[in-house]
Amino acid sequence: MLDKKIRVLVAKPGLDGHDRGAKVVARALRDSGMEVIYTGLRQTPEMIAEAALQEDVDVVGLSILSGAHMALAPRIMDLLKANGQTNVKVFIGGIVPDEDIPRLMEMGIAGVYGPGASTEDIVKDIKNALK
Amino acid sequence: MSLAETVLNGDRLALARLLTRVENNTLDGRAALNALFPYTGKAHLVGITGAPGTGKSSLVNQLALQFRKSGKRVAIVAVDPSSPFTGGAVLGDRVRMKDLSGDNGVFIRSMASRGSIGGLAQATASIAQVFDAAGYDIIMIETVGAGQSEVDIAKLAHTTLVVEAPGLGDDIQAIKAGILEIADIIVVNKADRPGVESTEKALKSMLDLAHPTQKIFAHHGALTLFHPSLPSPLPRGEGRKGEGESETNLWLPPIQRTIATDGKGIEDLARQIAKHGEYLRLSGDWAVRERARLEAELEAALQSALMNQLRERISEDQFDKVMDQVLARSLSPSKAVKRLMNGRLK
Repeated sequence: MLDKKIRVLVAKPGLDGHDRGAKVVARALRDSGMEVIYTGLRQTPEMIAEAALQEDVDVVGLSILSGAHMALAPRIMDLLKANGQTNVKVFIGGIVPDEDIPRLMEMGIAGVYGPGASTEDIVKDIKNALK
Repeated sequence: MSLAETVLNGDRLALARLLTRVENNTLDGRAALNALFPYTGKAHLVGITGAPGTGKSSLVNQLALQFRKSGKRVAIVAVDPSSPFTGGAVLGDRVRMKDLSGDNGVFIRSMASRGSIGGLAQATASIAQVFDAAGYDIIMIETVGAGQSEVDIAKLAHTTLVVEAPGLGDDIQAIKAGILEIADIIVVNKADRPGVESTEKALKSMLDLAHPTQKIFAHHGALTLFHPSLPSPLPRGEGRKGEGESETNLWLPPIQRTIATDGKGIEDLARQIAKHGEYLRLSGDWAVRERARLEAELEAALQSALMNQLRERISEDQFDKVMDQVLARSLSPSKAVKRLMNGRLK
């Protein structure tokens, strides 16, 4: 009962309006016992960083289908850092070309998931990343 | 610098982290709460409750914008339910509060109910205390979507808003009887929807049933006799201004129509909230509510402390032995309690 709940912010930066994936992931994380703060569509990096701070989350999950991940991800990482939230783990789900993945990992992104990724893997990876 | 001091200095990250510790009831969270307690008691706690989908979050969003216009610092505590099976939760209230981002005078915190059934989480009162000490003038507390019994908010908040919407059907009346009792202000949101008149009418008639005495007294203009010491006239709900009620010294819950999606009626609602705060202070009800709230808090803390003390005095083994006798029906639970309290465990 006293074990600390894992708090996850699920956010959709950018302009694409398709959030089915984000909702499926949010639901899966909920079912694994996590507390998921769902913020909805069309969030700016600033909005995401602010919500991550106020909610004191352990994890930020970004859903990006627009192809803008190489612009959005570093911006969000920088803002989290500027706020002092250096220990927050950031995961990305969406459409990300394979060649971008190493560069995202270099930036400090903890994991990238494409179509067909299993929610079980995501849950497992989050729990491992927080150990 | 201690965590409490950093929070008092206005550090938002420290505030966010302290909220987590208080929510998890950790040792350092409790210590910080103790340090912050002398700084509490200034904020106006406003509760927002109502059935799921009536527009509570959108209303909170608009109210916060309105309060910001007058320079007030606003904290929002939004509670959503935890799953009874996995303990997980999806907290979605922020989706409706996008307009508030980028404003340092607003702080939104989502909370999962974590098994509490009264519409709030166990730590919600403590979270509100932290915001109070951190200098937020208005703390809005949004409950989980409420039915009839989720009325804990009335014990915590100074002013409770019950949010209704047209088109919830005839059962509206059955539900209202319970929840109307805790309303200081009734909001009919989504007032652009058909059926708003009949919803308002149903609410009005239920309200008349819930507050019959006030109505009779008010209509005879005799209320001042019951409160000769009170300054008069006190502010009262605007929505139910009727002939003969001008000298009323009791708060009659006004019914306020709003359309949260485009901000209609919000200015009036914010004024009603401020008015209710003023009424509480002038009538002395503020102090009464504060006392009741802190007394309940003290009692709960005392209960758990006594429980812990007792647990320390009695070994697991001794407790199990008594429990076995209860299970065997050779000792009734109330006799078992007596025995445990007296320490005669043989």
